[in-house]
Amino acid sequence: MNPFDLYRQMLRIRRIEEAIADRYPAQEMRCPVHLSIGQEAVAVGVCAALEQRDGVFSGHRAHAHYLAKGGDLTAMLAEIYGLDAGCCHGVGGSMHMIDLRAGFLGAVPIVGATLPLAVGAAWAARLRGEDKVVAVFFGDGTFEEGVVHESVNFAVLHSLPVLFVCENNLYACYTRLPDRQPPRPIHGVAAAHGCITLTADGNDVEAVHQAARTAVGQLRSGSKPYFLECATYRWREHCGPELDDHLGYRPAGERQDWEAHCPLRRLAPRLSAGGTDLDRLESEVAAEIESAFAAALASPPPRPADLPGYLYA
Amino acid sequence: MPEAGRQLTQIEAIREALEQAMAEDERVILVGEGVPDPKGVFGTTAGLQERFGKQRVFDSPIAENGMTGICIGAAMSGLRPVMVHQRIDFALLAMDQIVNNAAKWRYMFAGQVNIPLVIRVIVGRGWGQGPQHAQSLQALFAHIPGLKVVMPSSGYDSKGMLLAAIRDDNPVIFIEHRWLQTLRDIVPEEPYVVPLDQALICHPGRHATLLAFSYMTVEARLAAEALADYGIELEVIDARCVRPLDLATVVASVRRTGSLIVADTAWKTGGIAGEVIAAVAETAFSALRRPPLRIALPDYPVPTSPHLAEGHYPDALSIARAVAAHLDAAIPDAELAGRLARTTPHDVPQRDFRGPF
Ligand SMILES: Cc1ncc(C[n+]2csc(CCOP(=O)(O)OP(=O)(O)O)c2C)c(N)n1
Repeated sequence: MNPFDLYRQMLRIRRIEEAIADRYPAQEMRCPVHLSIGQEAVAVGVCAALEQRDGVFSGHRAHAHYLAKGGDLTAMLAEIYGLDAGCCHGVGGSMHMIDLRAGFLGAVPIVGATLPLAVGAAWAARLRGEDKVVAVFFGDGTFEEGVVHESVNFAVLHSLPVLFVCENNLYACYTRLPDRQPPRPIHGVAAAHGCITLTADGNDVEAVHQAARTAVGQLRSGSKPYFLECATYRWREHCGPELDDHLGYRPAGERQDWEAHCPLRRLAPRLSAGGTDLDRLESEVAAEIESAFAAALASPPPRPADLPGYLYA
Repeated sequence: MPEAGRQLTQIEAIREALEQAMAEDERVILVGEGVPDPKGVFGTTAGLQERFGKQRVFDSPIAENGMTGICIGAAMSGLRPVMVHQRIDFALLAMDQIVNNAAKWRYMFAGQVNIPLVIRVIVGRGWGQGPQHAQSLQALFAHIPGLKVVMPSSGYDSKGMLLAAIRDDNPVIFIEHRWLQTLRDIVPEEPYVVPLDQALICHPGRHATLLAFSYMTVEARLAAEALADYGIELEVIDARCVRPLDLATVVASVRRTGSLIVADTAWKTGGIAGEVIAAVAETAFSALRRPPLRIALPDYPVPTSPHLAEGHYPDALSIARAVAAHLDAAIPDAELAGRLARTTPHDVPQRDFRGPF
């Protein structure tokens, strides 16, 4: 994927999440939201290396992954509003996203819960002889869960086509990485498990994309699982639309330092120098978002009577 | 429960219990994801690390099963850990350690080792907490011999039962409800204990017995007050304990009223409400003049959408209606509905709640 497309996708995700943040205080999106503002490059760089038939799983911070994999914007917004046109008809909300058509196989808020599912999906693909890679996104905090290590072990044991993508944003809620893990690289542990490991600057979408392409290409030809650790940063609060600097849990200036290396700002000058009309792009994206919100909000509410029917096949 | 005195929120009551337990016994340690962070588990652990130091109050990696096992190991070695999970749903990842080790260690080694462990778990609901952040799983824990399971509903009981749980030599699952956190009641300053095996008659009455668990006590008392205007005297018992259940109090009440209604925060099938009814039927079948009644959640996970979650949780109005039907009492429904109409949106614990969590 070329730099323009990578940029356009990141911009789209950024503006969508900003629009969610702007509208959240209206109290109509009545569920927790975990925004990825600042982390778009990882979602876009990785998903751009995947085909539609490939699978992606994510966790509580899933909007960017869902959109980057080709999830339906209107369905995502309707889901956050709890409406019938939502990708789970309102049962899930922001913390539960799915779009099977796009190969977005699911996201849930229990930390680590989707790692074994990704391995299982890759295992099924292998057993059925399908040419399919499965990627799973998770945070540095998630790497502390036992199920992650059980899953990685099995994936390596069976050489499954899985790409583990660790978005290391230094925090789990309000706790810094050094308070939760010893000073050693996360990818080093994955390497000890037997994964092939790569690292990338998570503010550099091309670097992430390059690493993901390498991994996906190798996985298609039967390599061991890949583990890609990307250094990134969450700009907004852990959960919700605001900044949370008043809590004082991040060192002063840290967020500003990361914002200065914004993945969009990094690419923009090159694109405009090459003749891209960034203002036009902005207004195209804005128009798409406006009409997606309008379409989502035109949805009727879901019917409680349908719920019991969802329980058993 | 005192009639007058200092008022605290349940958050403050729990925080005070932790502080006093740590002050009186240096073996008490406090562990959990977010314990010393700026939010301090809804404020219940605020300032405790500053007071007791990082050795005794610490944040944990996101590793529920491993950390529970570590706490069990510490408990059998002389410490008295209090673990906390911001949602009960996260404790599911620790089920192996809780069920296979914490609950059984003393028994399977013939009483040679105790596990003085408290696991605080918070039951969420509302504001789109959804299928994996709003489960009321007390029956799951209460099924396990070797665990004590409690669900206090007042600040007074929260403080006294938490102190009792920490002093107890057994593993105690201490279940708190998000919607009780900001309610205020009288909480004495000095340390005191409330036993871990006694229900409390919190609204006496003679026409029917309603045993309520946790937050359902609040809704049941509202229903009882409204029903009183129509001559129905509902006895509301706050169960407080899930295992062991205080059957004696319930049975004595049922013998007076001739009927039994159980209001639980959990699902109906396989829940603790069914267990109460079975136990009462075994011991006092002839006292029951009507079929018993369970007021519980519909048997599917809570959906996230406010449109779907509306009506999912029984409230004062649905309880009052159910009790009226149970007693064949004719009460003008519009009046009841008017009297018990909710003044806050159905999906927030209090009026000023703004999300996002
Ligand atoms: C099993 C489980 N434990 C705890 C939580 C509460 N929780 C939600 S997000 C989170 C932190 C996750 O951190 P990380 O994996 O680094 O992802 P990030 O939020 O930084 O993207 C925690 C502890 C949970 N949802 N599930």
